[in-house]
Amino acid sequence: MIDGSFLGDLASATFRNATPLVYGTAGETVTERSGVLNLGIEGTMYVGAFTGFAVAWWVGDPLIGLLAAIVAGLLAGAVMGFLTVTLGANQHVSGLGLTIGLIGLSELGNRLLLSGSELQKIQPFPQWNPLAGLGDIGLVFQQYGLTYAAFLLVAPATWWLIGRTPFGLSLRAVGENPEAADAAGISVARTRYAALMIGGALMAVGGAFLTLAVLGAFTLDIIAGRGWVCLALVIFGRWGIWRGVLGALIFAFVYSLGLRLQIMPGFDGIPRELMLALPYLAVIAALALSGRNAPYPGAYLKPYRRS
Amino acid sequence: MSTRRHLLIAGGTALVLAAAAAPGAFAQEPLKVNAAYSSVIEEPWDGVIHAALEAEAAAGRIVHTWQDGIGYDGGMELALREIAESESPAIIFGDSFGNEEAVRRVAADYPEIPFVFGSGGGPAEPNFSVFDNWIHEPAFIAGWIAGGMTESNIIGVVAGYPVPEVNRITNAFIAGAQAKNPEVEVKVTFINSWFDPATAKEAALAQIGAGADVLYAERAGVIEAAAEKGVLAIGNMSDQSSIAPGSVLTSVTWNMTPTVEYVIDQVLAGSYTSQDLKDFSMMAKGGAALAPINTELVPEDLAAEAMDAEAQIRSGLLRVSINEATPSGSEMVGE
Repeated sequence: MIDGSFLGDLASATFRNATPLVYGTAGETVTERSGVLNLGIEGTMYVGAFTGFAVAWWVGDPLIGLLAAIVAGLLAGAVMGFLTVTLGANQHVSGLGLTIGLIGLSELGNRLLLSGSELQKIQPFPQWNPLAGLGDIGLVFQQYGLTYAAFLLVAPATWWLIGRTPFGLSLRAVGENPEAADAAGISVARTRYAALMIGGALMAVGGAFLTLAVLGAFTLDIIAGRGWVCLALVIFGRWGIWRGVLGALIFAFVYSLGLRLQIMPGFDGIPRELMLALPYLAVIAALALSGRNAPYPGAYLKPYRRS
Repeated sequence: MSTRRHLLIAGGTALVLAAAAAPGAFAQEPLKVNAAYSSVIEEPWDGVIHAALEAEAAAGRIVHTWQDGIGYDGGMELALREIAESESPAIIFGDSFGNEEAVRRVAADYPEIPFVFGSGGGPAEPNFSVFDNWIHEPAFIAGWIAGGMTESNIIGVVAGYPVPEVNRITNAFIAGAQAKNPEVEVKVTFINSWFDPATAKEAALAQIGAGADVLYAERAGVIEAAAEKGVLAIGNMSDQSSIAPGSVLTSVTWNMTPTVEYVIDQVLAGSYTSQDLKDFSMMAKGGAALAPINTELVPEDLAAEAMDAEAQIRSGLLRVSINEATPSGSEMVGE
């Protein structure tokens, strides 16, 4: 049963299933490096999934939908900025409130626009395979454009942005020691707003991937906890994008493997609940092993007030 | 002239008399019906109940007031007490999964109001009736079609949780497939969620990777996988052919109209009693059905066999057995 096509299919599924996690993890990493924990991630992914689909359905073009999702993510980040930066509100409460609010808004929009007897559909983004001729190995490259973008564009760009640009330097300074950054003439508020809005846009694209590429439809609970997984992956990644991407790949690999083993003769003895829990157990184990002495940003969870 | 006028007067008088004599047929005040759902009406299960009640409202038989998304942490009891106290409804419909005790507690306090709820439990005197989706009969026929259509002899089912209502349609589907084609192997994946279409699609892709060429979409997301990979699918709950007309063979459907009509008739006649309304969700009374078979995909003789099975079920000659045991991940004949 375990042959070349099984492995090629498994590898392909791993990259596909890691895709929304890579966007979410990249977004949350940028955000947290500025010292703000954004628990609005689940809701931001949700609103990205909904807005992206609704606009794509309205105008008939998934690319316009993707742009709309990015705008929705920028706005969600700005709202989080208003709550935690401008008002200095508690980040846990603000983030959870944002998630609940954005899911509620999306569901309201869904009921007003799309609810009915038939599921509304769009023509989703196609898959692309430059190496289709390679047989089983070529299966790995059978992917959506957004998957290619996640690994070849977003992850390196996030690394470059945080580590190699003046903005990244400001970001890290604000996240570690906002007083010193302020004294050096960096606007703490502006930097955090920017981080939250960039992060929000990335999270929203992660959500929109599910509606615009994978399904071509929006249904309730479409994110199904993937945003919360990203929060753990950021810690696993120790606030670095490459380790975060690795975590996303591990999670997606175990998730994809579990779905395949569950239906394989001979694996009936293993409780299916255990198979479904495996990716989460893998993340918990990875966190327990690597999460000790996690290098939290110095200003994590602390609102900044000039004193 | 005068004869015609006489006829008109006579006809008019007859109409007036008929209206006066049969208040049930004319000028009937519509019943005030409330509905309360733990989940939301976009969720297919509650959506079927909602659609049946909306149809009655459109026909003018009831005035329909509903609320959904009440949840599972105490809100249902409050919502139902509020409805019972302040709205004095003629009937309350809803779903009580996850709220069984709370719903029954309220029902017991308002014995004069009929409570008609989707439930895994039994009815309770004097006013609490239960229904559920008993769609194992069309699931059996759909399995028969799947067994006839598969070329790889591997069929997939992607389902939510292994709870009784899901197990019985899954088992009936497997029984139908294996009755038609003893060679067939049925792979069953439970995604442990009612709503995670992305995971349902992934589970379906895994089954296709393992050779499945006909998939039963108990959950949303599966038909998308079938369409992408060029294999066949069978929808669930409602006719889902519009999702992928080139892939969907037929759908296993549930219709709450017979249940809703029966309850309203009983209440109007003053003869309502608590009962298990199961039969009204089965094929004989129109509560369960197979959606039109896609004859561009299904060969004529196989479609004829399916229609024949349907006729036999309707006439009571064929009884699909109810098996609520959890199927295993890979079901072969004799296991």
